[in-house]
Order: sequence, then C-alpha cells, then structure tokens
Amino acid sequence: MTEDLRTHLDLADDDARLAGLADRLGRAAEAEGLLDVAYRTVDSPLGRLLLAATPRGLVRVAFETETEDAVLTELATGVSPRVLRAPARLDGVARQLEEYLAGRRREFDVSIDLTLARGFRREVVTLLPRIAYGTTASYREVATMAGRPGATRAVGTACARNPVPLVVPCHRVVRADGTIGAYRGGHDAKVALLELERAAA
Amino acid sequence: MSEPFEHVVRSHGRTVLRVCRAIVGPHDADDAWSETFLAAMRAYPDLPADANVEAWLVRIAQRKAIDVHRTRRRAPVPTDDLPERGGAAEAPAFAGWQRDLWEDLAQLPDKQRAAVVYHHVAGLPHAEVAALLGGTPAAARRASADGIAALRRIKEQTA
Repeated sequence: MTEDLRTHLDLADDDARLAGLADRLGRAAEAEGLLDVAYRTVDSPLGRLLLAATPRGLVRVAFETETEDAVLTELATGVSPRVLRAPARLDGVARQLEEYLAGRRREFDVSIDLTLARGFRREVVTLLPRIAYGTTASYREVATMAGRPGATRAVGTACARNPVPLVVPCHRVVRADGTIGAYRGGHDAKVALLELERAAA
Repeated sequence: MSEPFEHVVRSHGRTVLRVCRAIVGPHDADDAWSETFLAAMRAYPDLPADANVEAWLVRIAQRKAIDVHRTRRRAPVPTDDLPERGGAAEAPAFAGWQRDLWEDLAQLPDKQRAAVVYHHVAGLPHAEVAALLGGTPAAARRASADGIAALRRIKEQTA
C-alpha cells in the first residue's frame, strides 16, 4: 500500500524537476541572504575543480582527489552548514581560472575569504601572491618573508593546506634544492602549473 | 546541524515533493517544495544535531503546502496543463484508481490525511507520526489505517 501511494505521487520527469527545483532554491536562497556558501564544479585540464564562495569571497578551491562530499562537509563544519550548489556567485572565478589555465591570465581579480586558514597559516597564505607569475620561492624564503625564518616546516604545512590553491599561488613555493615539493593537487599538477607559467611568462 | 544543506536537499527532496503533491496536487507542489526548503534552510543551523531531519522537513512541508493551498483556493489556476504521470502503471493495487490521489486525500479529515501522508507517503514510523500529530503511536496507527480505509471507499465509490 505504501509503495503504491508513493508511486502515485511520482511523475515521469521528476529527476529533471528536482534538479530544476534545486537550481531555483539556490537562486531564492541567494536573494534572501541565506546562501552562506555557494559552490559549483568546473572541468579543467587539472581535472574537475570545486569552487566555493561566501558573500565575502572565494573560500575554497578543491581538486577532484579531495572528493566533493569531503569538501562540502569541511565547508559545513568550518564555515556554515548552509551550503548549496549555486553557480552564479562563482561565474567570475570560473572564467578567470579558465583563462589562467589556458595561459591567458597572470593575476586573479577576486575577493578571497580566508575563514578556513587560521593563525600562521593565514599569514603565509596572505603572503603568497607576492611571488610573481612565472617565478618560484623556497619554503625558507617564504618563512623569512613571514618574519619566522626557522618556520620552514610550518610554511610547508600552510602551503599544503592552502584553502584556495591556484588562485593563491602556493604552487610557486618549492624546495631550496630546486625539487618540486608537495602539492594539494598532486605532484603532476604542480609541475604542469610551473611549466604553464614558465612557457607563458 | 553540521551536514551540508546540499546533502539534505538531495536526500529528502523527493519525499518532500511527494508530501507536497499529496496535499496540494501537482500544480502547486513545486511552489510548496520551494517554500519548504527555503524555510528549512533559514532554521537549519539551529536544528539540534540529533534531530530527525526528515520528520522535521515533512512537518514544514505539511504547513507550507497548506499555506500554498489556501492561497491558491482564493485564486484558482487553470487545470488543463496537468503534468504527465509516471509510475502509475507499476502500482497494481491502485491500477484502477480513477481519480487523482491528491483529490481523494483532500476529502479525508485533517488528522487522517496527515497520518496517511506522514506514514505512507513520507515513510515515517507511527511513533514519529504521533510526535508530529500529538497523541499516542497507537492513535497515529489508527488514524492512518482509517485514512487508508476511507481512501479505498472513495476509490470503490468512484470506480
């Protein structure tokens, strides 16, 4: 009986209808000021990227390997549980990322929300845009920039956990011996980004 | 609550849509669905971590659907663009149903209709239904059974 009642309340195009209703909810939540975190995904040469923004700015860029569910849970606990897929807020960042990854853009013009980086990690992330496109700095050099020349390891952690990679260029921080070092998006992605910038610079 | 709201929409969107349709029919169910999730999103951060999210949503849906229904009754809409129905062919017990289920549900007394929607449409156990309606689980079970019996009578009368 129960199954019968339910199927009698279903319509043929419900999957599409629910997707449309979810889109409409995202727009309504934005209009009502309830959308604390909007996110979307974009396909890129580095795989699928997840972009998330608060009303203050870009709060997270995630690589496919981090998995969407894990990133949404991190946003819900670290920023706000009012998280919805709602692409409009991310349109500008998505366009700039596409230009950057095609070698047609050197700097990003987006507001950043560093809610997910605290303390010394936030200080380090704030310094990274000073490393120019097409150049690199060592972990030790960044530690010196931050006024703590001995904090090489902490700089490494800050770069590895940068909540907004690509847009804040932690990929430009490499080891003093010239080897690449770790990267949130994986070793190959870091190599590809450094080569992209070298070729376009 | 620390679960991303996106997951709440994905997990419970279909159930909420059924509840809305059971109360207002297919035309106005989409508006009721939207009102439900917008209201839920507003209150969501304050929802206790151990709350039954589906029961909470179903209660909001019931309230919002009735609001939409009252508004629409004051301003009737044309009924010649009813969406195509799916799934009915796989429902043998209701295969001879001659009318729209939401119209028949609308004829039930409030408590029976609510019990049928909560238990048979939303899939909530009788104990949860009782918590929403007030009263005991046994009373909720009885209201639900009486509602189903009434639906069968309506079906026989109109077959």
